[in-house]
Amino acid sequence: MNRAAPRRSSTVAGSFLRAVGAIAWKDLAAELRSRELLSAMLVFALLVILIFNFALELDVKTRATITAGVLWVTFAFAGTLGLNRSMAVEKDQGCLDGLLLAPVDRSAIYFGKVVSNLAFMLIVEAIVLPVYSFLYNTNVVSLGLVGVILLGSIGYVAVGTLLSSMAVQTRTRDVMLPILLFPVIVPVLVAAVKASSGFLQGLPMNEILPWLNLLVVYDIIFIAIAFMVFDYVVEE
Amino acid sequence: MIEVRKLIKRFGLKTILRGLDFHVAQGEFVVLLGPNGAGKTTFLRILASLSRPSLGQVVIAGHTLPVQAAEVRRTLGVVSHQPLLYGDLTAEENLRFYGRMYDLQNLDARLTEVLQLVGLEHRRRDLVRTFSRGMQQRLAIGRAVLHDPEVMLFDEPYTGLDQDASAMLDDVLRNVAARGRTVVMTSHDLARAEELGSRFDVLSRGVIAASCLQQELGSSNLLTFYKQALAA
Amino acid sequence: MTPTPRALRVLEIISFLLLVAAVWMVFFFAPLEAVMGAVQKVFYFHVANAWVGMLGFIAAGISGIAYLRTHDMKWDIVEVAAVEISLVFFLIAIVTGSIWAYPVWNTWWTWDPRLTTAAILELIYIAYMLLRQGIEDPERRARFGAVYTLIGGLSVPLTFMSIRLFRTIHPVVVGGSNAAAQGGFDMSPRMLQSMLFSILVFSVIFITLFWHRIRIGVLAQTVEQLKLKLTQ
Repeated sequence: MNRAAPRRSSTVAGSFLRAVGAIAWKDLAAELRSRELLSAMLVFALLVILIFNFALELDVKTRATITAGVLWVTFAFAGTLGLNRSMAVEKDQGCLDGLLLAPVDRSAIYFGKVVSNLAFMLIVEAIVLPVYSFLYNTNVVSLGLVGVILLGSIGYVAVGTLLSSMAVQTRTRDVMLPILLFPVIVPVLVAAVKASSGFLQGLPMNEILPWLNLLVVYDIIFIAIAFMVFDYVVEE
Repeated sequence: MIEVRKLIKRFGLKTILRGLDFHVAQGEFVVLLGPNGAGKTTFLRILASLSRPSLGQVVIAGHTLPVQAAEVRRTLGVVSHQPLLYGDLTAEENLRFYGRMYDLQNLDARLTEVLQLVGLEHRRRDLVRTFSRGMQQRLAIGRAVLHDPEVMLFDEPYTGLDQDASAMLDDVLRNVAARGRTVVMTSHDLARAEELGSRFDVLSRGVIAASCLQQELGSSNLLTFYKQALAA
Repeated sequence: MTPTPRALRVLEIISFLLLVAAVWMVFFFAPLEAVMGAVQKVFYFHVANAWVGMLGFIAAGISGIAYLRTHDMKWDIVEVAAVEISLVFFLIAIVTGSIWAYPVWNTWWTWDPRLTTAAILELIYIAYMLLRQGIEDPERRARFGAVYTLIGGLSVPLTFMSIRLFRTIHPVVVGGSNAAAQGGFDMSPRMLQSMLFSILVFSVIFITLFWHRIRIGVLAQTVEQLKLKLTQ
């Protein structure tokens, strides 16, 4: 205990990425052990699909056009569960302070959380898609659709992580996140549903491209903004 | 080591710290006393760079807060009420996480060292969720000393600890002091404080109302000094 | 309590007079539109309110950024005032839009870009209010409010664009020769003048209300300060 443990990497970028990786790994390791968050999201997602089945009485013809909508509503709702839970862990144990005490840029915390939140969402989506295919006897899994889901999830999680950091510090906590999040991710939902629908129906690429562009633009803008503004949300 | 000049902290329209001056030389062990609600935790949070001063100057190890907060954090080790630990990870994983966040070398060896220091080596692979309050606090202390900080801040660290854990904390604190580290600790446990501290400051009504060195206590004891300071 | 400044009193009177003038213009100066008849006259106030709502929206966005940069509470008061007033003006715009839409398209609501975006904007405003309500600390409230204004504000143009990629049935008004836009009409010079005058009138009303609302915010803050002095 006589010598101070010296630093490993001397580059700022190196320690930034290390911090991001450490946070993401920490969330994933903890979750893989308890699986509370993933199982909650998954069960909820499947229940939503079940409810849609009865609520909309999907028949084969209309199903093609509604499928994209059903999927994205499911993802949006299950997503809020994940976002809430992920931030609540930090708040409840006071762990956020622990993260804030580390000699890294605040945005590393943001990106670390985004990575783990995104991972959770993608895992749930990866399970829901085949299940949906199975339940409705149609194959919804395709490369294009997977791409759309990736882009849409990135936008959703980028804004959602920022807003959940705010929501978790209010009195109404869990309820606050959907209220804050949904009006703001309308562009993502619209573009993702249209693009998904396009891929499901096999529309030509030039019709789907505008929607993909919109998704990319949204993702870039909001990741940039959230990253710049995150400091204000966690600092006192 | 720590220089605080005319520190003012407001929450909305309420002023908690009113032009507080505070100077700690390297190697000093300052115990901060004061009634509940006096602002001890607020003050410690500002020193820990978790809260921004409304006005005034805070300089730690030559770095100014809040501008050079990142450099300051490297030199700080903080133990607060909450353990700042992740329940679903093991003791080892918690320390490894913080080790990575602090960018430490020889992490494995260091982890073992620290776990042995706080007496949790035998529980290293157990989930923190299963630890008692005392053990969690021990691990929290381990987390705080992991990167061997020059300045250590303890906020009521003895709260909720049993005899064994308290004794271990005593050891850690003595060890830290012996190696010339600077310590600021808030505590309600006057007996322990008197034993460990080299200086005693009383925070009352938003400023340091009184300060006294260990040697100066002389015949009177800490309790008397404390009461006098509050009465003034 | 500072009394209402003379300038504001004068502005109130001017606003009222202008409003009367605008109503007169709409009913007596502007010609009766050939196809839609009298109901078309709602259009003047509808556009004016939407336009002024936009002013409030931009004011809120600017205040938000200003607060984040300066941490001056003044900007927070302006931001809240802008949001509240913009919310009401947009609501009036939506309602007048519905009143106009029903006789013309036989539907109270259309999911076209402008209307839908306005509705989503209202939801963002309400979310903003709820967010503020759930936070005790004024400084945090201001910070979060500013952040959400920024995020919400940026999302609105993208929302509009995303919905506009769908077909619109919102009338293309000025010199509309687009056959696909139902309910569009060519505006005669008198109609144009009435519309521009209405926009002017409502801008003045906006400033009056905005000023009043900011005063209320400042007074509320003063009350809080006085309350605090009493309890201490």
